[in-house]
Amino acid sequence: MADISINFAGIKSPNPFWLASGPLTNTAYQVMKAFDLGWGGAVWKTVGIPIVNVYSRYGGLTYHGNRLVGLNNNELITDRSYEENYKEIYQVKKKYPKNALLVSLMFETKQEWKEHVKRAIDSGADGLELNFGCPHGMCERGMGSAVGQEPKVLKEVTSWVLEYSTVPVLVKLTPNISDIREPGMAAQEIGAHGVSLINTIKSIIGIDVDSFSPVPSVGGKGTNGGYCGPAVKPIALHMVGALSRMPGWKTLISGIGGIQTWRDAVEFILLGAASLQVCTAAMHYGFRIVEELNQGLSDYMDSKGFKTIEEFRGKAVKNYVEWGDLNLNYRVKAEINPKKCIECQLCVAACDAGGHQCIHTSQNGTRVPYVDQEACIGCNLCSLVCPVEDCITMKEIDLGKPYLTWREYQKTAVS
Amino acid sequence: MSVSFVEKLECPRTELLFEESKPLFNKDQAVSEASRCLFCSDAPCMQACPTHINVPLFIRQIMTENLNGSAKTILSANIMGLSCAHACPVEVLCEGACVMNKEGKEAIHIGRLQRYAVENAYAKGINFFSKGNSTGKKAAIIGSGPAGLSCAAELARLGHEVVVYESRRIPGGLDSTAVAPYKLFSDAALKEIAFIQRIGIEIKTGITIGKDFALSELEKQYDLIFVGIGLGQDSLLKIPGEDLTGCMGVVEWIENIKRNNSFNPGSIQSAAVIGGGNTAIDAVRELKKLKVPKVTLIYRRTEREMSGYKHEKDRAAQEGVEFLFQTTPLEILGSGGRVTGIKLVKTKGEDGRLSVVSGSEFNFLCDFVLKAAGQEKLSGLFSQIKNLKIENGLIKVHPETFQTDNPKYYAAGDCVSGGEEVVNSVADGKKAAKAMHQSLLKGK
Ligand SMILES: Cc1cc2nc3c(=O)[nH]c(=O)nc-3n(C[C@H](O)[C@H](O)[C@H](O)COP(=O)(O)OP(=O)(O)OC[C@H]3O[C@@H](n4cnc5c(N)ncnc54)[C@H](O)[C@@H]3O)c2cc1C
Ligand SMILES: Cc1cc2nc3c(=O)[nH]c(=O)nc-3n(C[C@H](O)[C@H](O)[C@H](O)COP(=O)(O)O)c2cc1C
Ligand code: SF4
Ligand code: SF4
Repeated sequence: MADISINFAGIKSPNPFWLASGPLTNTAYQVMKAFDLGWGGAVWKTVGIPIVNVYSRYGGLTYHGNRLVGLNNNELITDRSYEENYKEIYQVKKKYPKNALLVSLMFETKQEWKEHVKRAIDSGADGLELNFGCPHGMCERGMGSAVGQEPKVLKEVTSWVLEYSTVPVLVKLTPNISDIREPGMAAQEIGAHGVSLINTIKSIIGIDVDSFSPVPSVGGKGTNGGYCGPAVKPIALHMVGALSRMPGWKTLISGIGGIQTWRDAVEFILLGAASLQVCTAAMHYGFRIVEELNQGLSDYMDSKGFKTIEEFRGKAVKNYVEWGDLNLNYRVKAEINPKKCIECQLCVAACDAGGHQCIHTSQNGTRVPYVDQEACIGCNLCSLVCPVEDCITMKEIDLGKPYLTWREYQKTAVS
Repeated sequence: MSVSFVEKLECPRTELLFEESKPLFNKDQAVSEASRCLFCSDAPCMQACPTHINVPLFIRQIMTENLNGSAKTILSANIMGLSCAHACPVEVLCEGACVMNKEGKEAIHIGRLQRYAVENAYAKGINFFSKGNSTGKKAAIIGSGPAGLSCAAELARLGHEVVVYESRRIPGGLDSTAVAPYKLFSDAALKEIAFIQRIGIEIKTGITIGKDFALSELEKQYDLIFVGIGLGQDSLLKIPGEDLTGCMGVVEWIENIKRNNSFNPGSIQSAAVIGGGNTAIDAVRELKKLKVPKVTLIYRRTEREMSGYKHEKDRAAQEGVEFLFQTTPLEILGSGGRVTGIKLVKTKGEDGRLSVVSGSEFNFLCDFVLKAAGQEKLSGLFSQIKNLKIENGLIKVHPETFQTDNPKYYAAGDCVSGGEEVVNSVADGKKAAKAMHQSLLKGK
């Protein structure tokens, strides 16, 4: 059976699944329960100068009846005292020495950072995560994403922590920037042991069309919050991939953003993530989802013959290339399997509107459409809208021509 | 102010003992069911609906929680969208055409979604339609069944003065007196009629045209006349014993269930329904749901030849109804004036040719018999209309305009088709109205 344990810059964990810093990791009760159910680690809810929260904090995106496709929150960092937090961190670590326990921190002055790096480590933290990512409330006070968006400030604050810390330090990055590589590189250059990404995306989840207030409404008014859950996974995957394939990149990545199933986890690992953090999915379904995550990951590895996570970590990185490096001589065309077709004609409508107007209704009296192979540009739209599995497939067509990239094509075109 | 017919319903009605077989969805159920809809292009469900409701659109409007928009989409195609949502045999209409069936998935519950949209919009008291600018023309509608009401609603929306004459005390035709209560309760049917009245049509009940009010008078007062009088009484079996207490016509019996509580199911041990159509199947299911211990459907031909829907017959069988096929009654047996059984005989032969098997007579014990051998054709009124062409007891009309051979008269519904579904009458009544509108405008 596959070994799914990890060693993240010296932080050992029986499996790669950590609860992300957030409402799931507020108390010893929660974290202990999670460890009992199989979570490998947890990043404690960000400790900082205690704040007050508003009522309510969450807004959900329901799509076609599916709830929490995306979640938006305006919760701030911990609202508990230092004493409560550190005491409970200590209790957890003492009872669960084999699980990874990281503590997320967010402070302002060097003095504060110094004090709390020490207190967190004294309480038993296996690692520290610096919250430079929170996109609401805290950034207005010069913390959270306000730090993550300024590589210079990020470096300075991180250097303080590295100076005082005796355990690995992870910098948690905000996606609310134009190029993730800048803060990523800043973290690597200053010597962080890892980066965690992504934190939540600045967002307004919706407007109540009756009260005219953004949701969640706090007495008739709303604010922007942080977006997370399944909907953000594509953004998170891109950012993880962008760091992994950057020349000179060597820092470990803790992947976060929309992870809900073992398959999501494998995708992050294939793009280079060395540990995985989960927030929304566990908020939605409870800690028990880890069972499916652990089992699914292990079964996947067995089916592929991977003995350790390191064996396949980053395997998709080299295949993630620039557009200009794609093969211009690769061809696919849509093909409809009339035996599977249920005659909804969604492909007809889609190709007619947003494709290349090449799917037509048959003349022979059936409603099964056909693709004009000449005209098809292989865009894939029809196969995406078709509700039946494997009914429309994109068939590869061998042009008998060599791999030709846009870069090469341009050169030949010029000469 | 228009009359409220809901208030005229007698309260202790047997139908209130029934439970709805398809209860109203709540919002969550409706939205998630609506979300399953693929929003097909050129959707087969829309083609399958005789009134061509834009099904994908109204379902999408439910998904986006625009219930008023959804109800309007439904009702602009089919003014009796609520009755139809309850009463339509969706298995052979829209839901039967749903592409989901082809993938072995459950068809979208179009009927229930339709009910959800319309019932909720009506609960808010919304009137979707109003009377069109007056044309100064007048039309009379004979019969307030689905055909008549649909025709009346369309004519009123087009600006004509419309009066509906109905011989019964309460309007709606078979839609309010015959549709099985587990599908549609009378009060729901009548609530729908209240919204139709509010478009600006008058319904005069308790007036039988040709008896209480002369046709010649009607012809004088109105520019055009629409005939939607449906069919007549239950057909007789023409065998001895039909007049015994405990033997009655099925349509009459269902009307009793829906109007009063004169029927006492507790007094019956064994009931038999004679016939093989949908009305016969409705009746056996109704008797079973009223907890009559033994209920038997007796049909003279084979199971395969039943004209009733297979899905309905299967449900009846599941509910414990027994079937006697290739069996026909010779005499209703009785003692002291009451039914005690039926003398039956086996038949043989398929596809039309039927003969009795001699020597196969037997007595079947039962204390209640319903005759479901179809409804008589109404000829009384027809004979008073000049030049009306009648074929097999049905009015002959132009297939598109529904005009009769007497140009002042149009007709649609069961009195033309011989008996279809509510939705067909609605569709045809509306088509007739469109043609009448053209004719009325020409006459201006
Ligand atoms: C038992 C039974 C169950 C049914 N169940 C269903 C079902 O579940 N779903 C479905 O879709 N369809 C069902 N149908 C069929 C459906 O009810 C009819 O097809 C439809 O109601 C026909 O409409 P109509 O307007 O043509 O006639 P009707 O509904 O019969 O209406 C005719 C009206 O005209 C009136 N009238 C007659 N003569 C005169 C006169 N001289 N003057 C004034 N008024 C007059 C009558 O009183 C009646 O109200 C059922 C039918 C029966 C018999
Ligand atoms: C309610 C809520 C509170 C959060 N609080 C914190 C926090 O205090 N510190 C932090 O670093 N991230 C916080 N996050 C961000 C999560 O740790 C995580 O980065 C983000 O939710 C993306 O992961 P997901 O898609 O699995 O939810 C919070 C998220 C949520 C939903
Ligand atoms: S989308 Fe798929 S199922 Fe629908 S008509 Fe096209 S090929 Fe057939
Ligand atoms: S691949 Fe694109 S262009 Fe080709 S048939 Fe499908 S939608 Fe049309």
